[in-house]
Amino acid sequence: MAVPEPSPGDARSQGMTLQQRRVVWAWVFMSPVLLALLAVALWPLVTTFLASLTDASISGGDGRLVGLSNFLHQGATGWGGVLASHEWWRSVGNTALFTLVTVGAETIIGMLLALVLNSRLRGSRPLRAAVLIPWAIPTVVSSEIWTWMLQQQGGILNLLMLDAHLIRQPIDWLSDPSLMLPAVMMVDIWKTTPFMALLILAGLQTIPRDVYEAARIDGVGPLKTFFRVTLPLVWPAVLVAVIFRMLDALRVFDLIYVMTGAVPQTETMAVYIQSHLVGFGEIGYASAASVVMFLIMALLLVAIIWSGHKRLLGESR
Amino acid sequence: MKALRTAGFYLVAGLFFLWAVFPFYYAVVTSLKTGFAVMTPTLWPSAPSFANYVHIFELGFGRNVLNSVIVATLTVLVAGLVSLLAAYALSRVSFRGRSTLLVTMLGATMFPQAAVLSGLFSVIRGLGLYNTWWGLIFSYLLFTVPFTVWVLTAFMRELPQELEEAAIIDGAGPWVIVTRIFLPLLAPAMAATGLLAFIAAWNEFLFALTFTLDNTARTVPVAITVFGGSSSFMPPYGNIMAASAVVSAPLVVLVLVFQRWITSGLTMGAVKG
Repeated sequence: MAVPEPSPGDARSQGMTLQQRRVVWAWVFMSPVLLALLAVALWPLVTTFLASLTDASISGGDGRLVGLSNFLHQGATGWGGVLASHEWWRSVGNTALFTLVTVGAETIIGMLLALVLNSRLRGSRPLRAAVLIPWAIPTVVSSEIWTWMLQQQGGILNLLMLDAHLIRQPIDWLSDPSLMLPAVMMVDIWKTTPFMALLILAGLQTIPRDVYEAARIDGVGPLKTFFRVTLPLVWPAVLVAVIFRMLDALRVFDLIYVMTGAVPQTETMAVYIQSHLVGFGEIGYASAASVVMFLIMALLLVAIIWSGHKRLLGESR
Repeated sequence: MKALRTAGFYLVAGLFFLWAVFPFYYAVVTSLKTGFAVMTPTLWPSAPSFANYVHIFELGFGRNVLNSVIVATLTVLVAGLVSLLAAYALSRVSFRGRSTLLVTMLGATMFPQAAVLSGLFSVIRGLGLYNTWWGLIFSYLLFTVPFTVWVLTAFMRELPQELEEAAIIDGAGPWVIVTRIFLPLLAPAMAATGLLAFIAAWNEFLFALTFTLDNTARTVPVAITVFGGSSSFMPPYGNIMAASAVVSAPLVVLVLVFQRWITSGLTMGAVKG
């Protein structure tokens, strides 16, 4: 630290060095945030953990301690509890599939979009403004708009595809069991690709123009330039964007709740928990599912932070 | 060859533009149609009418808008104030545990809201905040505070060290340094961060759905999903699209006006962090 030592006559130092006083102040300044997080994160988290050990439910459970039986227990008809629930693991599977497909597609399309936005041709500026629209619109609204556009009767997407002779029959996107998850994924890709593109764009803008110039003079083609020059240089930015999007996709709720409701084909972890908590009023059981989701996410996060600790923390040392 | 590439570029750019803009455009078009015209897909309303807009406000949508404005605004004010102080400590003072705190903040921004849903529900009931603005504001601090702390810390790190040293030599205390020196310099960053936090609070759905019961505190995203049709055999899309346009329009305008700030705020939060 290049801070000057306080003069010996400084009455306020009271035997503390300037650095020590600054540390005290730092904790004073941190305290509102720490208190807030204690109240809104830690307290509910502990409450959830405790509730997961009880049989609390709206339909009569009185909050008796039942140990870990919400997680796993052997009943008359076999294993019960969240960890033995076929529906729970199906929703974990749906969440994983949703995350893989959407984040994958968003990375590829986002990269293409970022390259277009990064070009110096006219028209990339209005485009940059336009792509912020899907990102800014509330997810609930996007879900409603797309639900409406995907309707079998009166949906514009079916009409346009019929007119273009791409299909012969209108498609029932949101009722056909095999199409529900793809339809929801499509909307997520529409909504969040701009975010991905902007993060990748920020990475692209740090690449000096003369790198491309050098490649051009050496007669390297555009595809080779992309894979040999651009991609390696922008990769760290892509990776961070992917991590952000991945952790976000794993908690997806709004889109699925609005577009399909809690149905087996699309139910994700968050939808499962919410429907068991609010729909069925199984507080203890839903809390157990919450704990499992929390542990899954926490493990993932720890793995990510541990593997990329330095880069994520940047210059904070 | 060059002309071909330029043409290809404009084709791709045009497709992206259409892809981004069309759904919102079509929602506005639908909201201007009434009766059976709603169900006939056309790219232009043949007889534009604001009947749907009038109708949703008759259904009490104004109250929902008010709820959303108050909840989002207060959330941003509280989160912004506490985060500014924390960001100063995290970016300017080196103390033991700082990296741990930073990692905790980053981890907390990724916190899965559903994982604390039941605990938060009973905490909010216990505090008597169920179905109130305060219950929502309280729960929204969960996802706004870590984000605003993280982004403001990144912004504050960019400011030159000398500024503060000069102030310290002049005998300024930490409170004066934050409010008189950093706050003015950080105004654009605060605005960008506040805007992003506002959008997050305005758009939030899971907590709003779970912690409200009726129009006393119900915010717009939840209100939109519970809209019924004006008659039982007509799908309610005219109303839903009108409500969608009302909630989205301010955001679209904000985003277009503050485009540059938003982009810098977003990328500060991720790439630079």
